[in-house]
Amino acid sequence: MKKNWPLWEVFVRSKNGLEHRHFGSLHAADAEMALENARDVYTRRNEGVSIWVVESKYITASNPADNGELFEPAKDKVYRHPTFYNLPDEVKHM
Amino acid sequence: MSEKEIKNLEQIFEARIERDEKIEPKDWMPEKYRQTHIRQISQHAHSEIVGMLPEGNWITRAPSLRRKAALLAKVQDEAGHGLYLYSACETLGVSREELYEQLHSGKAKYSSIFNYPTITWADIGAIGWLVDGAAIINQVPLCNTSFGPYARAMVRVCKEESFHQRQGFEIMLTLCRGTEEQKAMAQDALNRWWWPSLMMLGPTDAASVHTEQSLKWKLKRKTNDELRQQFIDQTVPQADILGITVPDPDLKWNEETGHYDFGEIDWDEFWQVVKGHGPCNKERMKARVDAWENGAWVRDAAMAYAEKQQSKKVAKAS
Ligand SMILES: [Fe+2]
Ligand SMILES: [Fe+2]
Repeated sequence: MKKNWPLWEVFVRSKNGLEHRHFGSLHAADAEMALENARDVYTRRNEGVSIWVVESKYITASNPADNGELFEPAKDKVYRHPTFYNLPDEVKHM
Repeated sequence: MSEKEIKNLEQIFEARIERDEKIEPKDWMPEKYRQTHIRQISQHAHSEIVGMLPEGNWITRAPSLRRKAALLAKVQDEAGHGLYLYSACETLGVSREELYEQLHSGKAKYSSIFNYPTITWADIGAIGWLVDGAAIINQVPLCNTSFGPYARAMVRVCKEESFHQRQGFEIMLTLCRGTEEQKAMAQDALNRWWWPSLMMLGPTDAASVHTEQSLKWKLKRKTNDELRQQFIDQTVPQADILGITVPDPDLKWNEETGHYDFGEIDWDEFWQVVKGHGPCNKERMKARVDAWENGAWVRDAAMAYAEKQQSKKVAKAS
């Protein structure tokens, strides 16, 4: 029998009020072990108050080759920004 | 892809690095960039892991609980550094098992400094002060390297290194302010670790094959000789504070250059150790291979347990 421990992605909330952020990855046999290993590998100095782990194979990532088609369309939509709209100087607080 | 298309992609790629953009794992990259990074990052990871062995040697014999707790925490950090780096390396499409296999078969290298023995407690002081000191000089510029996962791992590593160096220096300071015998022990450790620490910063620029390409990819921001000079300039005054003597009769402050001049490094010794003939190469590799092989049943058992739990869950749900 030879089965390698799968890869997990680790997300850590550094303090309440902040979102979980990707910290890195590690290998573990199951989710429980992944959490314990994440505690030891990524939070030895109080870096976190909460950890999420997810097996890497469950993450679907966009392909940088598709970046044009995915992200270019947002570039010419200047009307999504407040500076696009001209208001007279007398208008305050808007 | 045609040769012309690849050339074009390469130009776009080099321009991105030139503009200080980061390269992320799924981005297109030249094969040589990928291979060079796998080699350097894994070599770095292996060094962190093998580097635990000489220091681990003293954990049970640390002279006080305070020293023991600090040394244990430091060695644990080095394990963490190895793990950050292995996972950064895996984003390039190589598996952890392949990386271990390369280390265990001798195909991959690790820093040759870890092939020297730690024969007295003062060696633990000297390693923290000099070896971690040289490592910091090597690593700080890498926080800005072009490959995103490597740069992020290095930021984490660098944050943790400074305690390593300070605890080492504190050990040296305590010994140097102790009895004659303790001070002699500190001097002896400096005598043995000084030259290998200088070698740790790599072959001279003239003999270094990778420097130019590595500078372009920001895998290196300064040449080996520049890093070595920086290390010497900052370390010699620290030896003065300790009141011990750097074992180099040619070491002299040069008013004109604003740097220390230093003596000839014995590169034959360096290459001997790199080629596997250092005092502890065999012992270090045996420890790693034994740990991996003797741990196989534990890895298998954990996997079997995980699978069993999983199938129980599935059975319950259906
Ligand atoms: Fe380290
Ligand atoms: Fe360290």
